[in-house]
Amino acid sequence: MTTSPRFRLLPMPLHSLLLFVVWLLLNNTVAPGHLVLAAFLAIAIPLLTSGMHDPQPSIHKPFVTLRYILMVIGDIVVANFEVAVLVIGPAKKLQPAFVAIPLDIEHELPITILASTVSLTPGTVSAEISEDKKWLYVHVLNLTNEEELIALIKHRYERPLREIFKC
Amino acid sequence: MEFWIELVVSVLLVVGAIFVFIGSLGLAKLPDFYTRLHAPTKATTLGMGCMLIASVILVTYQQGYLSLHELLITLFLLITAPVTAHMLAKTALHHNLEILDKTSDKALSKRARERMNP
Repeated sequence: MTTSPRFRLLPMPLHSLLLFVVWLLLNNTVAPGHLVLAAFLAIAIPLLTSGMHDPQPSIHKPFVTLRYILMVIGDIVVANFEVAVLVIGPAKKLQPAFVAIPLDIEHELPITILASTVSLTPGTVSAEISEDKKWLYVHVLNLTNEEELIALIKHRYERPLREIFKC
Repeated sequence: MEFWIELVVSVLLVVGAIFVFIGSLGLAKLPDFYTRLHAPTKATTLGMGCMLIASVILVTYQQGYLSLHELLITLFLLITAPVTAHMLAKTALHHNLEILDKTSDKALSKRARERMNP
């Protein structure tokens, strides 16, 4: 594995930042001792594990990423209400369905994020992905319009992800 | 404790409890495995979120320092819930679990099982 010389001490800068923040959150403190320990872990763990790292496309648009996260959180709240209403309502009225969604994005990380978003948000659970990673199979709790659902997922979730990862 | 903090915390706890309950209710009530998957992955997320926000507010107020490690639980929940749902759905497909008769495009589940294109 080749690392750019700029990041020799920090082969995975984002992971380091994440480890640092998670350690402080786990201990619920910003005491100096824990700051030092967090910094040590944030440097040591990526150095030890970078050899096992499977390179993934990096984030090109931090602001689009932030907007995407906020949008997904909002959508989770909406989806929660929708699913709650469907669960309480009569089960006979449900129209479950399997739908295949054509994927334009490539690479494992963006597809994983898309599949997770799809599972968390609009009444769908991702069930399987085709061997060539071109189709995502989802199960829909209550399907009203297949084209609309596919258009929604492609437009609302896939497009920003393509923009973020440039793929 | 001030009244309005008690009020906010109580409302969050009750709303959270209702959503978690609906999640469990769906698990018992919905007709087949695939539809049952939807309730715990979604309704529970918001329920847990409300309870954790209530915990942040209460602990921050009582202890006098900002308590944020509840956010970690939310983060882990958001990461693990869709992955678990995906694994369960995939396993169900490969075990040929019975699919509700009115499910549209049942044939698609066979293509999905073989991981072929539709």
